[in-house]
Amino acid sequence: MVTLTDRLDYTSSMINNQAYCLAVEELLGVEPPPRAKYLRTQTAELQRIASHLIAVGFFVQELGAFGTPLMYSFRSRERILDLFEMLCGARVTVSYMRPGGVFADAPRDFWPALDRFLEDFEGELAEIEQLLLENEILMVRTRGVSPIPAEVAINCSVSGPVLRASGINWDWRKQEPYDAYDQVEFDVPIGSNGDNYDRFCERMQEVHQSLRIVRQCIAQIEPGPVRLDLPLVLRPEAGREAYGRVEASKGELAFYLVSDGGISPYRCKIRSPSLINLTIIEHLLVGWKLADMIVSLGSIDINMGEVDR
Amino acid sequence: MYGLAMVKGLMVTLKNLTRKPFTVQYPEERVRQHPRFRGEEFVWYEERCTGCASCAKYCPLGIIKIETSPSGSALPQGDKYRLEVFDIELQRCMFCGLCVEACPYDALFMGSGFEQGQYSRKNMVITIDQLRNAEKHPSTWFRPQLEGYEGETSIRRGTPTIAQGDSRFTYDPRGGPPLGWREVGREAWRWHQREKAGMRLEDSPETPETVGGEATEPGADD
Repeated sequence: MVTLTDRLDYTSSMINNQAYCLAVEELLGVEPPPRAKYLRTQTAELQRIASHLIAVGFFVQELGAFGTPLMYSFRSRERILDLFEMLCGARVTVSYMRPGGVFADAPRDFWPALDRFLEDFEGELAEIEQLLLENEILMVRTRGVSPIPAEVAINCSVSGPVLRASGINWDWRKQEPYDAYDQVEFDVPIGSNGDNYDRFCERMQEVHQSLRIVRQCIAQIEPGPVRLDLPLVLRPEAGREAYGRVEASKGELAFYLVSDGGISPYRCKIRSPSLINLTIIEHLLVGWKLADMIVSLGSIDINMGEVDR
Repeated sequence: MYGLAMVKGLMVTLKNLTRKPFTVQYPEERVRQHPRFRGEEFVWYEERCTGCASCAKYCPLGIIKIETSPSGSALPQGDKYRLEVFDIELQRCMFCGLCVEACPYDALFMGSGFEQGQYSRKNMVITIDQLRNAEKHPSTWFRPQLEGYEGETSIRRGTPTIAQGDSRFTYDPRGGPPLGWREVGREAWRWHQREKAGMRLEDSPETPETVGGEATEPGADD
């Protein structure tokens, strides 16, 4: 099942793995070893950076800046995917995490490579920001366009950067810390009026916070086992149910599992952020120009693999 | 002032104009693959395989087809079955690697190649003969013994980096020679020897990693 969660939101597979593993762990009543928690937190944050880079790159592409800003963000994303290949042998469909930990420890050359990436990424991110954040065309096209007031955002139960851009401080990493998020310090950036520009800025600031978390994870990680000694095929007690919830890059991602004692879940409900964020589309589009339609759609950063999960 | 940010943005463009491109022209240039890369061709060691069909059972898509017959002649190797059919339908494979994770005898490895495009679906089914005769460049995915860590998997951050040229730590699946079945097992690990004591590989040498890598011919043990 872990391998199937990669395919939900293929731009943030690590976080999908994490949500499913948290649900299974709750079902079994086990807790992964601390090193595994840090490895999970760290890879999930790297994946969040990669996912936000895609979101920002395509957002600007949809404004008509064809190719160039996208290439800047893909340059950094490729390096993250390289790190994932080093970790788990695949770039997109990672399947790195397992119930009870991660499948294997990071190889030795992963740590120097991660250090090099963090060093270079500062400059690369600064370039992207210099290119985009104050760009007049981008400001004119996005500032004040399709604002989502906080009440509407709550009523439509959107989550993630879209909700925070509307000025609501709500992040499951803070509200209900899972894995190693209670050990690291980070801020939750919030926007003010929830227009397209705010949603774009929100993502750029979250990348900075993710970098902070990765740095702290590197500093705090201790040697130890990375995986519990669980059987390959798990048979949780019949009748138990669990809800595993994470703050994915696009919003709240949750798995609701019910076990009937067999090897596969009796019921598996996925609360996918893309689908629920898509429900505000009426408030985003009605009354605005046709030319802004694609941009607004890009600003909520949906992923069709997750909408039709 | 209007246009100032535009100039700032153009400075970035100017700076990148003088840089080397970060793209790779694929067929001519290639990036070095990481050893854990989950590639297309499965690497299968018949000498290690007992025909238990764990891989087929754990495959989420059910694309591995195994047919076995009890083989009296292979009994000295430990009650193993002779494999008659081992078909892998590559076109439906999603390269999750659960078959490799499930294999208890280190007989199945992920490969490290990625250029196996075919023009017809029929050719996408890998048969037992293709698996037997393929050059064996296994990936280290879920096979930590190939990474040369000698069982110590908890690596403290800040350990000195691996010396360049130490071939034990710089395993390169594509660059190196193909590996035989004696070189890929976990028997070198003491804990694994204890764990897999019932494996009864009759002619397995005491320390497999010191033996030169000549794979025995398939069927030579019968």
